Amino acid sequence: MKFIDEFRDKDLAKGLLQNIEKTSTRPVQLMEVCGTHTVSIFRYGIRGLLPEHVKLLSGPGCPVCVTPNQDIDLAIALSRQKDVMIVTFGDMMKVPGSTSSLQKEKAEGKDIRIIYSSLEAIRIAQKNPDKKVIFLAIGFETTSPTIAVAILRSKEEKIKNLFFLNSQKRIPPALYALLQSEKLNVDGFILPGHVSAILGITPYQFIAKDFGRPAVITGFEPLDILQGVWMLIRQIEEGRAVIDNQYGRIVQENGNPLAMQKIDEVFVHDHAQWRGLGTIPDSGYRFKELYAEMDAANFDVEVEPPREHPQCLCGEVLQGIKTPVECRLFKTACHPENPIGPCMVSMEGTCHAYFKFS
Amino acid sequence: MCLGIPGRVVEIEKNVAKVDVGGIVRDISLDLCPDVSVGEYVLIHTGFAIHKVDESEAHETLKLLTELAEAI
Ligand code: SF4
Repeated sequence: MKFIDEFRDKDLAKGLLQNIEKTSTRPVQLMEVCGTHTVSIFRYGIRGLLPEHVKLLSGPGCPVCVTPNQDIDLAIALSRQKDVMIVTFGDMMKVPGSTSSLQKEKAEGKDIRIIYSSLEAIRIAQKNPDKKVIFLAIGFETTSPTIAVAILRSKEEKIKNLFFLNSQKRIPPALYALLQSEKLNVDGFILPGHVSAILGITPYQFIAKDFGRPAVITGFEPLDILQGVWMLIRQIEEGRAVIDNQYGRIVQENGNPLAMQKIDEVFVHDHAQWRGLGTIPDSGYRFKELYAEMDAANFDVEVEPPREHPQCLCGEVLQGIKTPVECRLFKTACHPENPIGPCMVSMEGTCHAYFKFS
Repeated sequence: MCLGIPGRVVEIEKNVAKVDVGGIVRDISLDLCPDVSVGEYVLIHTGFAIHKVDESEAHETLKLLTELAEAI
């Protein structure tokens, strides 16, 4: 397929690997922020191809994994209300809340459906006027504009029975929080290509300016990742720290301004709760007044107090402090069929990737 | 979750495009990426085109990587 196959070329990959080996003289730890990168890195065996002293760590870039228990518990509590239907992306179904999951609730007869696109939520709401349809909306900047479009369209078409349980997150503030942590041991960042398709380059400048770390916006094919790693290593070896862009075919300096405008039309920035990282200022969104009637957080339901499995290390895994193999539950009690933490649920969760590929 | 795949626009009607992804044609919203023409490639995410693919940039990257591989 065009723009895919060319970026999987073996000879070009070899060339990049040799250049990496030639350039790299000292141990480095690089963090791939995005879960889609984690999957590609495992699928193509990239960790094994790199020189021993170049280590890749997975970061917090899996929207399913960072969704806190209380949001899932709220969705579950809402699904138990009369005349409510929950719609959400497939990956959310198995995520364990404090005592249940959407999948379990569905098996017990609650009306919970999987959607692929935010626009399906609109069609479902139109077809089911007797139901209150609640969209458990998760995602980073890649997905948020699509959710904003659904909100705008719902308003335009005067749909009264569609609501949004907003659990979306913003990547730059999370990186800022991560960089402030003393435990972080990362020399450079592989930045998420598709989040950056929307954001552009500017919102990441603080990584280089305030924290002196290099970062490269990177695509998802093997050649993209290898080139991203090579660009990072070059910066590190040369003692530079700037935000580079490997993924020029998709990411432009100013991203996608129209998509940003859609987000800004319906939301303002607000603090948000991340699993493992706690509450991070400005890392989420709140509805603007004009759209607040669609906010499912206004529903009056009782939600159980949040409870996480005490031995699950998902929080540390998301910060690159621990790896899944350090978790006592990994591959024993916790596996994809019976995930204990969200990092084992999503295809892009670090524990899931370790389970599948190692 | 942030998965995106490139596809070629084969037809446009208002803000919806028919986009060919590896031989399968799907309806894709152009709400976030309206300035595309038939024949161009877009990156698709959850039913939306979120950005155009810049062909000349793609060729530039591949050219650079070819030079790198040849220089070894
Ligand atoms: S293996 Fe399971 S229990 Fe352990 S950190 Fe990962 S998700 Fe949590």
